[in-house]
Amino acid sequence: MRALARIVAEADGRGGTRLARLRGEPPLQLRHTPDGSATATVHLIGSAAGPLGGDDLRIEIEVGEGASLCVRSVAASIALPGRDGTPSRTTVVATVAAGGELRWLPEQLVAAAGCRHQATSTVELAGGARLLWREELICGRHDERPGDAVVSTSVDYGGAPLLRQSLTIGPGTPGWDGPAVLGGARATGSLLLVDPAAAPAPPSVLGATAVRMPLTGPATLVSATAPDAHVLRGYLDA
Amino acid sequence: MHRTAYLLLADGRFPSGGHAHSSGLEAAVAAGRVTDLAGLEAFLHGRLSYAAPVTAAFTAATHLTAARMGRAPSSTESDVKVPFLSLDRELEARTVSPALRLASRRQGRALLRAGRNTWPSELYGQLPKHPDGPHQPLALGVTAAAAGLSTEESAQIAAYGVLTGPASAAVRLLGLDPYQVQHLLARMAGACDEIAAAAAAVAHKSPQELPAHAAPLADISAELHATWEVRLFAS
Repeated sequence: MRALARIVAEADGRGGTRLARLRGEPPLQLRHTPDGSATATVHLIGSAAGPLGGDDLRIEIEVGEGASLCVRSVAASIALPGRDGTPSRTTVVATVAAGGELRWLPEQLVAAAGCRHQATSTVELAGGARLLWREELICGRHDERPGDAVVSTSVDYGGAPLLRQSLTIGPGTPGWDGPAVLGGARATGSLLLVDPAAAPAPPSVLGATAVRMPLTGPATLVSATAPDAHVLRGYLDA
Repeated sequence: MHRTAYLLLADGRFPSGGHAHSSGLEAAVAAGRVTDLAGLEAFLHGRLSYAAPVTAAFTAATHLTAARMGRAPSSTESDVKVPFLSLDRELEARTVSPALRLASRRQGRALLRAGRNTWPSELYGQLPKHPDGPHQPLALGVTAAAAGLSTEESAQIAAYGVLTGPASAAVRLLGLDPYQVQHLLARMAGACDEIAAAAAAVAHKSPQELPAHAAPLADISAELHATWEVRLFAS
């Protein structure tokens, strides 16, 4: 299945944000869920199981000057194998203009047994843009070994590289769950905060397997591994 | 052929200060994640799958840039400084742990000092200036070019170093049998060759497209390690 969803958020001139464009197609449905704040909140609603092998899903997000958009999802997405071993792919492309803010806070990605999934996100921030970006990856459903999944995140700020991260898990990569990578943890993730107005927080230890790190640039990254999704969220709650 | 130069630069006795770093092994041992030879093997496979492709690709890409400059001395300095700067920024964006950024730059600075004295060249001066030094893969790429090595050889030395650093640290940290550790390295040689060849094959790509593999525990344990008051290794 191929699907494209597109969100364009603009400042409404009254201190709030309006959605100039909100268009999804199955299985990527979008719902505007107003909460009375200056931020427009959109929920992604997966109307089918998956992503399934062979699926190619694309989400495009544009946040204009002074606009504020929060994207969430109603449930975890579960990457599942297709019939013939074809990989599945989810691509997110986002741009945020100066003074704009994007909060990308979806539920977890679960890599189910046998999946071959690639999630690729590319974010371009203009100088003066803000970003909160969460990625959570769960290695398999309950009592299950995961398939192969790659979660890649690339963020530029003001035309310069800010973050390039690609996390690969699954049986196709030697050592993936070993002591140099996940140490047997079934959940891992990160929370990136880009805020040009705030001084990056100094490095700090949040737990035995969770730290907060200043990047080179106006940004801080929390990175964690955890035994399960619940403990992980405790480190990455936003 | 530059066989002896190749061996000199790959040699753990090359005075580049690499022996002061365990590449995360000291923290993994302290956390109880590596306790024996089997644990070391799993650790090294992770380093080879995640750290080596990035390190080797940035080394090879730097080598290629430096070698092109050496072949075409008519190119202006700024022609070369731009790709070096881009490689530096792209690697910086891949190194999310400030402790690892510092470790990479300190090792790069030590390697640069050794390289300058061993194979004098004007290439070193083209690397972007940073108070803590150049990233280690950039320093290695330029040194390999100054030594007259090939791009493939530079990638091979980089991948090899990713394995041998923690392997020799393991002998000191865990008191492992050095023969068994060497046997383990010999068993991983084929995998190491493959990673090095793959890195050399992408050296011509734009810095943005180079590998960006992240290993969460490498970053997390480097930050934990940096808070220790007493430690045997610098990283």
